[in-house]
Amino acid sequence: MILKGKTWKFGDNIDTDAIIPARYLNTSDPKELAKHVMEDADRNFASKVKAGDLIVAGANFGCGSSREHAPIAIKAAGIQAVAAKSFARIFYRNAFNIGLPIFESEEASVKIREGDEIEIDADRGKIRNITKGEEYTAKPIPSFMQELISTGGLIEWTRKRIKAS
Amino acid sequence: MTITEKILAAHCGKKEVTPGELINAKVDLILANDITAPIAITEFKKIGAKNVFDKDRIAFIPDHFAPQKDIKAAEQCKMLRDFSREYNLSLYFEVGRMGVEHALLPEQGLVVPGDLIIGADSHTCTYGGLGAFATGVGSTDVASAMATGECWFKVPESMKFKYYGKLNKWVGGKDLILHTIGDIGVDGALYRAMEITGEAISSLPMYGRLTMCNMAIEAGGKNGIIAPDETTEQYVKGRAKRKYKFYSSDKSAKYVEVREYDCSKIPLTVACPHLPSNTKPAAELSSITIDQVVVGSCTNGRIEDLREAAEVIKGKKVNPNVRMIVIPATQQIYLQAVKEGLAEIFVNADAVFSTPTCGPCLGGHMGILAKGERAIATTNRNFVGRMGHPESEVYLSNPAVAAASAVMGRIAVPDEVV
Repeated sequence: MILKGKTWKFGDNIDTDAIIPARYLNTSDPKELAKHVMEDADRNFASKVKAGDLIVAGANFGCGSSREHAPIAIKAAGIQAVAAKSFARIFYRNAFNIGLPIFESEEASVKIREGDEIEIDADRGKIRNITKGEEYTAKPIPSFMQELISTGGLIEWTRKRIKAS
Repeated sequence: MTITEKILAAHCGKKEVTPGELINAKVDLILANDITAPIAITEFKKIGAKNVFDKDRIAFIPDHFAPQKDIKAAEQCKMLRDFSREYNLSLYFEVGRMGVEHALLPEQGLVVPGDLIIGADSHTCTYGGLGAFATGVGSTDVASAMATGECWFKVPESMKFKYYGKLNKWVGGKDLILHTIGDIGVDGALYRAMEITGEAISSLPMYGRLTMCNMAIEAGGKNGIIAPDETTEQYVKGRAKRKYKFYSSDKSAKYVEVREYDCSKIPLTVACPHLPSNTKPAAELSSITIDQVVVGSCTNGRIEDLREAAEVIKGKKVNPNVRMIVIPATQQIYLQAVKEGLAEIFVNADAVFSTPTCGPCLGGHMGILAKGERAIATTNRNFVGRMGHPESEVYLSNPAVAAASAVMGRIAVPDEVV
């Protein structure tokens, strides 16, 4: 899987209230949620972001609530993937469960500047910065998570397990 | 093994588990609320399971935007109600019976020591106060577990926190946990189990233990946990709806890190905007004026919390520049507060005494902040926009500090008022 696009940069501890404020959680419609993605971190983000863009952030991305609406809003806004120094654990689970590709890389988090064009080779765990001509390494994705991705997410994985039993 | 490892091992049929190991474990209880259950329900239907794994082990609690604050919220709550009827769930809590989920389930004896609990709510970690392994997950995890009764986990490394010494006057579980988060940061326990121990914890009442474990997530923790003891036995006796088991860590248990705190040096603590780790002694914040005070939530909405706030505000008035909102976390707490005269104390002080709801904690309803407004709250998060407008601010404190601040119109310590 190759993910190529323009980046938007955020700092450390981007919490789920910033990704999708609770005031919009009276719905779980992905399209509605996408209209407010990252709103409390950058008021105009939803109008600036384009399908195929990527987010690069600092440490502890997605901290706070367990709301799956956070990775759903990001995905529904057309963002292909998130690379960060680290992810909060529930967000990490949720992203894999719903099929939003995420990559942990301190190097990428530090060196990528907003607007840089990057290309992520998900299988090799490499992040190429096309603008700067650099390459960074992402932490390998645990084998169970790879199994989840290749099966098509947790629901599909569970469906198959139930069928087999 | 640690207490966390023992509970996980017992639930995946293994004698031993080690940190980093991936396991598929049986869950004792699954919960979701009016924000997270709708997605879980939609995803569950995609699985194609004929039934839920156990109709008596899935708790649906509409508490966030309930009593239904608008049409959209009402539609979401209706999804929980309809699903509960369709699958005959015994643990659906309608408005009038519901309470803030993490106060309600321990109170009703539906979560017990030794349990493995997952909830589509990050503060599910609260039940660690009873000696259970409890952790927040997403809606899809809940959907999958509703079908199979199982969930996958990576066995976390454990981090030990030892508290010793005598607590200062008015200092409680909230101050200890805020102080700890201030020390280690909002990702200081990322992916880890936070094992809370020490002589000061042995003498900490159950409500303080629940408050401490409630905020483990605010340090990034997978779970917070306190080994059950006589206090736990007293709490669960007569409440527990299921058999329970006390686990404790072995002397040879391994920890990635051990931290010690002398409680006699922990002051009344407040977390300033916009992170729970941005802590300062309350006494140093007396220049911060406030517009609103909230006493309640899964963190501090229990009867003892209300008693503390009432003790401070009794016979006084909320400052004319301030709105004070008191929210008992469950119907039982509400009634108890009425019987004890606490409701009267609050209303006589010109505070609002509300029906149970998460409401303002997450900026849902029942006390939203306008642009530029500032609140002090006994809740758990002070992120940007958490209680309303993105340019409003939230300070986090214990109930006594919140009540004192309501009287003074600025952040204050109880001794300034009482």
